[in-house]
Amino acid sequence: MANYKLKINGETFQVDVEDDTPLLWVLRDHLGLVGTKFSCGIAQCGSCTVHVNGEATYSCTLPVSSIGSSEVTTIEGLSKNGDHPVQKAWEEIDVAQCGYCQAGQIMNAAAFLKKNPKPTLEEIENAMNRNLCRCGTYHKIREAVALAAKMK
Amino acid sequence: MEKLLKTNRRDFLKVAATASGGLFIGFYWSGCDSPKMKVLTDEEVLSQAFEFNAYLSISPSGDIVIYSPNPELGQNIMTSFPMIVAEELDADWTKVRVFQAPLDNEKFDRQLTGGSGAMPHSWERLRKAGATARHLLLTVAATNLGVSIDELSAEKSAVYHNGKKKFEYGELVAEAAKLTAPDEVKLKDPKDFKIIGTPVKNVVNKEMFTGKPLYGLDFYREGMVHAMIQRPPFGMKIKSVDDSGARSVSGVTDVVVFKNNVAVVGNSTWPLIKAKRQLKIEYEPDGAVESSFDHDRIMKDLLDSKNAQVMRKDGDVEAAFKTAAQVITSEYQCPFLSHSPMEPQNFFAHVKGDKVELVGPTQTPDRARMETAQLLGIPTENITVEITRLGGGFGRRLRADFVVEAAELSKILDKPVKVSWTREDDMTGGAYRPAVRYRFQAALDDKGNMIAYRLRGAGINAGNSTRENNFPSGSIDNLLIENIEHKSPITTNAWRAPITNFLAYAEQSFLDEVALAAKKDPVKFRLELLERAKKNPVGEIHYDIDRMKAVIETAAEKSNWGKNKDVMQGFSVYFSHRSYVAQVADIIMEGGQPVLKKITAATDCGIVVHPTGANQQVRGGIVDGMGHAMFTNMTFENGLPKQRNFDTYRLIRMKEVPEIDVHYVDSGYDPTGLGEPALPPTGGAIANAIFAATGRRLRSQPFIEQKEFSDIKLQIRRT
Repeated sequence: MANYKLKINGETFQVDVEDDTPLLWVLRDHLGLVGTKFSCGIAQCGSCTVHVNGEATYSCTLPVSSIGSSEVTTIEGLSKNGDHPVQKAWEEIDVAQCGYCQAGQIMNAAAFLKKNPKPTLEEIENAMNRNLCRCGTYHKIREAVALAAKMK
Repeated sequence: MEKLLKTNRRDFLKVAATASGGLFIGFYWSGCDSPKMKVLTDEEVLSQAFEFNAYLSISPSGDIVIYSPNPELGQNIMTSFPMIVAEELDADWTKVRVFQAPLDNEKFDRQLTGGSGAMPHSWERLRKAGATARHLLLTVAATNLGVSIDELSAEKSAVYHNGKKKFEYGELVAEAAKLTAPDEVKLKDPKDFKIIGTPVKNVVNKEMFTGKPLYGLDFYREGMVHAMIQRPPFGMKIKSVDDSGARSVSGVTDVVVFKNNVAVVGNSTWPLIKAKRQLKIEYEPDGAVESSFDHDRIMKDLLDSKNAQVMRKDGDVEAAFKTAAQVITSEYQCPFLSHSPMEPQNFFAHVKGDKVELVGPTQTPDRARMETAQLLGIPTENITVEITRLGGGFGRRLRADFVVEAAELSKILDKPVKVSWTREDDMTGGAYRPAVRYRFQAALDDKGNMIAYRLRGAGINAGNSTRENNFPSGSIDNLLIENIEHKSPITTNAWRAPITNFLAYAEQSFLDEVALAAKKDPVKFRLELLERAKKNPVGEIHYDIDRMKAVIETAAEKSNWGKNKDVMQGFSVYFSHRSYVAQVADIIMEGGQPVLKKITAATDCGIVVHPTGANQQVRGGIVDGMGHAMFTNMTFENGLPKQRNFDTYRLIRMKEVPEIDVHYVDSGYDPTGLGEPALPPTGGAIANAIFAATGRRLRSQPFIEQKEFSDIKLQIRRT
């Protein structure tokens, strides 16, 4: 066990966990930030996507010991009132079915649009292809990312 | 300013308790538009509201509480059901707050999500729930105004007389709730619907998109322990367990062997994932230990067995085949599949003496309670079941295995426990879609008429692998449908559109083969069969011929069927779960290789209650059907699936879905469900289009693993 000070959503949290604990489980089990989802645990589905220094990152395979002073943003910290352009676009397009993967989709989309504010549809697809949606909301995700790009 | 916190666990538990542990999960829209009015909390509204019936309470503030009884797994029932109540109530939709009801057999009679059955079951109940309350509100208004109720009208939660607003509903509820609801009440003419048929936004959007605790895995309770369970391969039992490695993992508090399970217990999840890997469990055979190689052989053998059960027999198939000018025989096979909802299985259980509290994602809370009651010998009335949102289900959560094991473990540990499954647990834990092989035979006369049809299904734990009364039954003079089953220790379960999810692909591909052998256009061929069924029905007919014909014609028209020689098309139509869906897949050739461009769907599900949700179910069903037909395989080796996570179990991704063009046939019938019906036709439409484009007939799924497909580079065009 070791003590880690983590910068998450603009605040600093202190946790006492094993070095190899993935960020995902620190967020969920120790900090109560359950918006970041567990699904595959092996960096294949993107449900656990968070931002680490602005980069979309799979939190399920990221050991807490490797985070250091990096800034972590989770779905809970993406915006204060749930009004990030990507969140607004997700609402406007009414993207979700079961919704379980959508926090990860939103986080991936938000990081992508920050780097590429005027993407083509193909660029959107290349970026979003790393996130699985078992309900098959892909058409709407693509539409919502395109809309979010316009809203900015 | 830096804020240093030990953890925010306490606040978090408070939130979790309100969201999932206490008052169910509520959402509302009010407040945003009227800054002058104080927005009440859910608790305030619930404490003030007057109950009109199981679905509906209204508070003097005008806030409307609608309970959604059925589990929500993405079929959007938490939005579409309240829309129906609100419609007949003439409610102001912005004042509606929706809550997930816990299991309550006295209030609700079908708290189940499965079989696309909720909508047809509840349509009238929900309408009456709204309409009777409206009637009571108007009765009070009429008395107060001294006028006849017939002179009153209602709109957006207000009562009008001679075009003048007289009362808000909130002013009337206290009196109205005292009255007895009438047994019969006039329901609206569908042409007067104001909420039904409009693209109302999902009522849970805000919570989903900001990461609020909604799902079973998000449920935490002060004092609970976490557990994970290692379950045995199929056909095996535990011989010995060495748990020393698991116990040495920091954070693990206990290891418990019960039945054939080994549970690791601790105070958080990660140590358990590590500890499970440290378990050394030796298994020994306890039945047949099967591999896919065995299944392939068993299913082929069964197709030649003399012991098949006759499911339907019309005319004399043997005699008809003897007179045939042409006989077409084909075999089709589909593999086992895992449901793989994005949220792995999990459940919270707290057994306290003779009382049990269950919380989690289940499609069948009633079954969860019943099986828990049976296992623990505790009466059902002592067991509560709270339904969280489900991160997908697809039929997997119709079982209660993941509930009763949590209850059993809670009893053993004498603690509240949340049992979580890893993805690998979920994929190796059974309840699969069964594997099935079919043999189809058709006899044509010299004019190309189908004079006989024979189908035999051989499944592994598939039950009846046929749907003997579905089309084309009823349209063919001589027909024989048979089924035979192999019993395996590998557990199977309903999987979105059970049986039809692969039967439709096989049947619609075979009908394509027969149409081409008869030198007939596949659409005309099907319409001819329907015409014959209409004029000359053979035996019982369990589908509506006109509705089926209408979706076929609509899909053909909307897809420009046969109109463009550069577009190779595949047709498929299926009736399942009371709804009709026809689909056309379009392929163009580029550089000698096929490009899947578009899938057109025509659906008759009666009145479309919620267009957004319906479109999601149609598109989602097609994406689901396409993905599994094209890519996904589950094979077994010595009683264990070889695919255990998404690295080898290939699910469809964004770049693999084509444009999907959705149309509805407005038949005016009462609404039927859509969670399943759009899925079955898709595999056949795509396989038939691939045949049209390449001459390769894909008789097994997944397509990409077939040798006929090995040199085809199918591209997907998205825009």
